Parts: sequence; structure tokens; C-alpha cells
Amino acid sequence: MKLLEYEAKEVFRRYGIPLGASAVALTPEEAREAAATIAKPIVVKAQVGVGGRGKAGGIKPADTPAQAYDVAKQILGMKIKDLIVRKVLVEERLSIQHEVYLGVIVDRASRCYTILASSEGGMNIEEVAAKTPEKIVRHNVDPLRGLRSYNTNNVAKRLGYNGKKMQQLGDILLKLFRVAYEMDAELTEINPLVETTEGFIAADARLNVDNNALYRHKELEAKYLESFEGELTPREMEARAMDLTYVELNGDIGIIGNGAGLTMATLDTVMLYGGHAGNFLDLGGGANPDRIGKAVEFVLKDNRVKALFVNVLGGITRCDDTAKGIIEARKKLGDNKPIVVRMMGTNEEDGKRLLHGAGIETNDTMEEAAQKAVNLAKGA
Amino acid sequence: MKLINRDTKVVVQGITGTQGKFHAARMKEYGTRVVAGVTPGRGSQDVDGTPVYDTVIEAKEKQGCDASIIFVPAGGALDASLEAMEAGMDPVVVITEGIPIRDTIELVARAKQLGTTVVGPNTPGLIKAGESKMGIMPNQVFKHGSVGIISRSGTLFYEIAAHVTNHGLGESTCVGLGGDPVVGLDYIELLKWFQKDPETKAVALIGEIGGDAEEKAADFIASGGFTKPLAAYIAGRAAVPGKRMGHAGAIIQGSTGTADSKMNALRGAGAKIGEQPVDVAKALKKALS
Repeated sequence: MKLLEYEAKEVFRRYGIPLGASAVALTPEEAREAAATIAKPIVVKAQVGVGGRGKAGGIKPADTPAQAYDVAKQILGMKIKDLIVRKVLVEERLSIQHEVYLGVIVDRASRCYTILASSEGGMNIEEVAAKTPEKIVRHNVDPLRGLRSYNTNNVAKRLGYNGKKMQQLGDILLKLFRVAYEMDAELTEINPLVETTEGFIAADARLNVDNNALYRHKELEAKYLESFEGELTPREMEARAMDLTYVELNGDIGIIGNGAGLTMATLDTVMLYGGHAGNFLDLGGGANPDRIGKAVEFVLKDNRVKALFVNVLGGITRCDDTAKGIIEARKKLGDNKPIVVRMMGTNEEDGKRLLHGAGIETNDTMEEAAQKAVNLAKGA
Repeated sequence: MKLINRDTKVVVQGITGTQGKFHAARMKEYGTRVVAGVTPGRGSQDVDGTPVYDTVIEAKEKQGCDASIIFVPAGGALDASLEAMEAGMDPVVVITEGIPIRDTIELVARAKQLGTTVVGPNTPGLIKAGESKMGIMPNQVFKHGSVGIISRSGTLFYEIAAHVTNHGLGESTCVGLGGDPVVGLDYIELLKWFQKDPETKAVALIGEIGGDAEEKAADFIASGGFTKPLAAYIAGRAAVPGKRMGHAGAIIQGSTGTADSKMNALRGAGAKIGEQPVDVAKALKKALS
């Protein structure tokens, strides 16, 4: 779950990470008031969950409350990558001496949290890593011992800071790590952390929370679905609300499988035979007829889909349940689109008998079924 | 690294739940020595004849179990895994899906400290074909033979195992690494093990998009660490960057983690790459004949 900048900053503030004065505004009037309260030159920033806000004109400076009103009026309601801006953050403008990058990520290979820091703040860190890896300082956090002040002091030293500044930066890193750990972050970043005459200030904030850990962060649940706006397509949002694991793709063959690996392999095999998958839908383990029926209905209702390919390898998921779900969905929608089914494993014979009884053919191998689905979509 | 054989005595943590009960029965059918179950607060019961204890230590004292399989829901999986490791269970197989990554990091770090082998989380488990399984894979797919399998996914692993069996090769030991971003085992540790395992004549490696574990495995093979025939299938060629494809770990981030990168690396290391799952079995059949 991706938090918006202002939401991430609310968390940062709780942990004592230094921030500029700011307020959220929903209207130009509120932006004017916020600017008046801050009583300094400000920036007005669109609050949307996609990158590239600056380039899209979603971040603009203002020197007076009246200007803040005008700028907020331009930004509120504008579209950034299909997302309508509904909120802006009105924030004190900083006098920048230097910009630093700080981040905490999960390093899959090292199986731990890793601190990333770079003196190239404000840049895309992946680009920095690719072009000038020597400009990135890494520290793997020992999972059983945690992060200590001498660790963060060493990171700050390697960025070139000494004395008080080293300690200040180290302290921010310690706090950022606490945010990552206690908020179950997959990723948290300050980019840039701005060095001003008064010290360091976090100018931007990013916090992506592990979806599997949301039960520990009840306060985020209400915003869960909303947080996918911009990241997910409208159909994907709808699927998410139905608790279906669904990814929208560009083709015309609907794909439903059980298990992520098998479902991906199904897309790949369709592609190999010259077809184009319209989606990825993983039923997961142990889906019942009702859930399978909903999934089938959801994909068949997609206007772009010309044929559906259901590939189930029965383990916990039973083939007879799969058949029942398909038949149910088809009854509901009427006989509108061709369906190719490949099933194998638990209760396979029962499943096939049910499908054949309903006039739906089955295939024994994924390869055969994939070819058939491709031909059907082409003929449709 | 410790895997399993016919002598492994297994405790099932979470045996009183639907999944635990169902799979304990399937494991027993397969021949696994399931000697005990554990559910705190449910001690002194039994599930289909398997005695249930409150704690793993008690199960060990009474039944001498030495390995654990965990079906505990995500919120309790870290505790259950730590309990198993500290009671000396090895390996510990974590079937549970949806464990917060912070918990998995701690779980895996503690396992490393104690020298315990952790399979998973979010794994179908492991099986020594014809002897014992600690997992949820369908029994009928596997037949004792000479191919070792390492996989990040579940159902795709069964798909390819079925092809290996149908091509008359059969399997030696098969391990599901798990679909999460952080898991206890990686390909390299298993390739080292398979290199030494006399029953394994060849290996099928089943990978998918996300991370760089397959690329690292390719480097290991290229450096001469694994010399038996190897065929691979990588799922996710049709995946789009930035989207999680079902598994928490299956995501192309930036330019890393693509299927092409993995296939090229493995091909460069001399592995045969399957265009479709069945090709893996065909390639291994050819290599072993």
C-alpha cells in the first residue's frame, strides 16, 4: 500500500523526522489560509499516488497567500496520469544548499532491511545505482541486532558528513529505519532530504507498507482501496474490491489459473502460440465454486475478451468445484463466449463430466488448450 | 542444509485447522511419518489418530519428532516457526502464505543463527519421491526417480513434475522455495546439495520474474559449482513491469527481474531453457538417455 506524500509525512512527523511547516488543502481557499498561517514563501504540491508530479505541472511555488490561491486553483482538479488531483500539500519552501537521498528497502538476496544513502539527492535512485553505483552507500541491517547509532554515523561519514552534521543525518536515518520497521514498510524514502542553513529537512516522503502486514496497521485499512488509484486500472480496482488477484493486460484472451506460477506460464504459452492474454487472474489455493464463478463472470464480462482459457491443476483447488463455478457463471451470463478448459488433478473426472454435460469441452494439456484458445479468439 | 527422508519424524503445527488436518492426512497417505501435531490450547486431543500437544517441546519429548511443517495462519507463523527451531526441529517447512516480510526477515535470520533449514514461507513444501513429503503437493504426480526439482511456485511445479514423471524419469528430491520476496533457501544452496546427492542425475529449475535469484544461480553454474544436466522454465515472459503477478515476489522492478534476463543468464551458463513447461522434461530426458 502506497501512502501519499502528506500521509507519509504525518507518519514521519510522529517519529520526529524534521519537516517543513505544511498543511493539506482541498480548496484554493484552504490553500490561501494555509499559506497565510505558514507566513513564508511556499510550494503547492499535488497529492496523487504517481510519480512525475513536477513534470506534469503538479508542483508550483507561491510567494503570497493570494498566489497560493491561484496556484492551488490550477492544480486542484488537474489530471496527472489519469488521476484527478483532489488534495494539495501547501508547504514551506526550503532554501536548498544540498540534497541527499535516504531510503530503507528490503534486500531480497541479503534477506534483510538495507539502508541506502546517496549524496545525489533529488535524482531517481535507480538511475544513480545504474550509472554511478559508487555514489550509493549501503548498510545491511542485522535483523537480530537492529540498527545502532554507530552504523548510521558510519553511513553519514561515507556520505562525507562530519561532526554535528554527521550526527544529525545519522539520527534521521535511525528514525527512518524505525518508521520502516514499525510501519512494516516495503520501502520508505526521503528524496530529497534537503540541507538548509538550519539543518536537514525532509522535502519529500515515500512510504509503501507491506500489504500482508496491514492487520497491524488498522488506521490504514480505510484508505487501502483508495491507495491503489493510479497504480491500478479501474478493472483492477474492481477486482481488488472482490479480493481477486487480477492484472489487466492488452490482449483478447481471458486467462484464469490457480497458482501464480501456473497462471503466468499459461499467459506465456498463449503468447508462444501467437495469442494475446487480456488478463492474469490467479484463483489462489482452495477456491470454492462460488469464488471461481465470480472470477469467470468477471473475466467474461470484459468486452475485450473474445475467449476464456481456464487452466486448473487441482491440488487444494478441486476440478469439480472449478467446473461448477464455470457452469454457474455461464448460466448467469448466457452462452456468449467460447471457453477452453484444461484441468488435471483432484476430482478431475468429476469436473470433466460436469463440463461435458454442460457442453463445454476440456483439454488434457496446457499446450493443446492454449492453441485452441488462440484459434478461438482469432475466429471470434 | 537438512532435507527429508523416510526416517524423518514430522510434527504438524496447526494440525487442528482445516488445512493442517487435510494435509496431515495426505502426508500420512504418502508415507510421511507424521508423529504429532501441535496447537496451543488443544493438547491431549488427537486428529485422525495423530496426538496433539500444546507445545513443540512436549511433542518432541513424547513422540521424538525432528522436523516441523507449519500451517499456522500468517499472524502466528513467526511464533510457531521460532518455537519449532528453538525446539530443535530441522527442517522447518513454512506453508503459510501472507506472512509480513518483517516477520520473515526475523524468522530467516534466527534460522541462520541456529543452523536450521527453513523451507518457505509460502511454499508447497518438499518431497523425497517415494519416501516422504512435507508439503501440500498432490501425491499422485511424483514417482521415485532421478530428477531433482527446485521451484519458486506451486502448481507450475506440479505441472512440470507431472511431465518429468510421464517422461519416465521420476524425481529424487523436490523443493519449493516459496513465492515470497524473502525465503529461507535459494537455488544455489539446493544446487550444491543436488550436486552431491547421488540419487539426483539432473535438475529442473523452475523460476519466475522478480528478484535476481535465477541470475545468481546461473553465475554459480557458470563458475562450475553445478555440473549435472539442468533444464529451466521461467514463468512471466508475458508479464508487465511494475505489476505483482500473484506472488508477492513476482514483480519486475525497473529493469530487474525480467524473464528474459533470467533465461539469458541460465542459457549462458549452459542450461536448457524450456519454451513451454513440457520442454523441461523433454530436455532432461534427452540429457539422461
